[in-house]
Amino acid sequence: VLNLSDRDREMASGAGGPAQALAMSILVRMADVYGATELMDISQAHIDSTIYLGDATLAFAERLASLGAKVAVPTSLNVSGVDECGWKDWAVKADWAAKAARQMLAYERMGAVPTWTCAPYQTHMRPVFGQQIAWGESNAICFANSVIGARTERYPDLLDICCAITGRVPAVGLHLTGNRAGQLLLRLIDVPSALQQDDQFFAVLGHLVGQLADEDIPVIDGIVVSPAEDQLKAFSAAAASSGRVALFHMVGVTPEAPTLDAAFQGKPSSPGGFGSPRCLDITVEDLRAARRELTTADGRELDMVILGSPHFSLAEFSLLAPLVAGQRAHPRVKFLITSSRLMKERAHETGVLEPILSFGAQITLDTCILASPMLPPEIKTLMTNSAKYAYYAPSLLNTRVTFGSLADCVHSAIEGRVVRDDAPWRSA
Amino acid sequence: MIAGRVIVAGEAAGEALVTRDALSFWGGYDFHTGEIIDKHHPLAGVRAGGRILAVPFSKGSSTTTAVLLEAVRAGTAPAAILTTGADAFFALASIVADVMYGKPFPVIALEPNDFASLITGERLSVARDGTITRARPSLESLAPSR
Repeated sequence: VLNLSDRDREMASGAGGPAQALAMSILVRMADVYGATELMDISQAHIDSTIYLGDATLAFAERLASLGAKVAVPTSLNVSGVDECGWKDWAVKADWAAKAARQMLAYERMGAVPTWTCAPYQTHMRPVFGQQIAWGESNAICFANSVIGARTERYPDLLDICCAITGRVPAVGLHLTGNRAGQLLLRLIDVPSALQQDDQFFAVLGHLVGQLADEDIPVIDGIVVSPAEDQLKAFSAAAASSGRVALFHMVGVTPEAPTLDAAFQGKPSSPGGFGSPRCLDITVEDLRAARRELTTADGRELDMVILGSPHFSLAEFSLLAPLVAGQRAHPRVKFLITSSRLMKERAHETGVLEPILSFGAQITLDTCILASPMLPPEIKTLMTNSAKYAYYAPSLLNTRVTFGSLADCVHSAIEGRVVRDDAPWRSA
Repeated sequence: MIAGRVIVAGEAAGEALVTRDALSFWGGYDFHTGEIIDKHHPLAGVRAGGRILAVPFSKGSSTTTAVLLEAVRAGTAPAAILTTGADAFFALASIVADVMYGKPFPVIALEPNDFASLITGERLSVARDGTITRARPSLESLAPSR
């Protein structure tokens, strides 16, 4: 039975206005679904409901906004359905752009910060270890929980904003310490450090872990390198696309897993022991197969290189700049980077944007090729270093994709056809 | 008859479409047509709109709920969704469909054995209390008509 606080009851009765009452009524019904006995406070939210799909998502946003909805906690906004400044350069229809912009305005009117990014953890809105938050966006949920150690359930669109408006969430799931223990042990067996250092390794591993984890919290043991933040970002996005991973532990890497025991919160973790978790081995051959799955194109034709899912960070712009400096992309190949206003500005300020633009790259802000119908029909084959783009583009855009490293993407753009250095994956 | 656990109550009847593989509706379901479009999924290309979709749980994108809401508005949503656990994504989509359009769809959680017994193509009906009745052909209906 759900016990509401006095403040919850006030919100439900409309003391804070009709929008808060509506949000609380949805939250109370969801608390029942989650089996919660009480609600708890959050101190931050990230809203994935910003993605415009059609009249229903727009009507929901505008209903809340017109009822006077205001967010009760600092709230960042995910990608929208349109790059307001750049959509006319692409195949976006005017009607779509207008409606997507209306949906953006609705969430801005609620007092959220217009970050328009799927990597809010790389903005000033980044939460801290142990912070209770309500986040939507599958990659961001996974990153916030696992890499930062903030605490969010896997919130869907339309519920994230209800949490933000009330500042409350059902006190269940990943908000509670006891529910954050690992449930599945994934051991890397003889995966050499040379392969772990490869640019594609963490994205490929994430793609595989998402498939293996089912509904469990996976614990990955056997990482011998120190991944950069953007590699853990790539892992999170991949695992939350091929699967439903909202929290993972990587022993010796992520904050709640300094040791194998800690990852399982001291519960028995010796494989085969009494009460031990499910345990699976990951071999180099498994990783090769996972990497092959991410490529759905078979030829060497290439129409576009696409980078930036999740949104390209300053560190990624900085890695890309020396790879493209003084060169030109092939005139037949588009080279597109999806990112946020903030990151583009920082890349400009630090001087790494200029060589990238001189190379012939285009930048789309606030959205991505999956959330905005921007690609013209003649774009049929893509190349990317993003496992998330590689996973979704074939279904959502009916394109074929080659997955490769950042350097492969650059070389292919220059050559005008797919070129990939597969050596690290052959000899491993 | 199968005794399911009501996650969101409602009534529905239709043909079962059963999969053992989780599904993201964003990138996995076309709400214009009611078709499953995830090319990694065994049901890619199959229409789920109007059918009783048995899928163990949601995966992938948070936008799964928004796609389902659009599908309810467009009349292309599954008639009901049967799962193995209380899936918050499917539940939320149904609850918001109720709030916005007065059209919730039943979401029912089944025991793993019951879920495993479902067969694509069989006719099912879902009652408000979560009971699922399998409309197996009766002896009478099999008897030659006079």
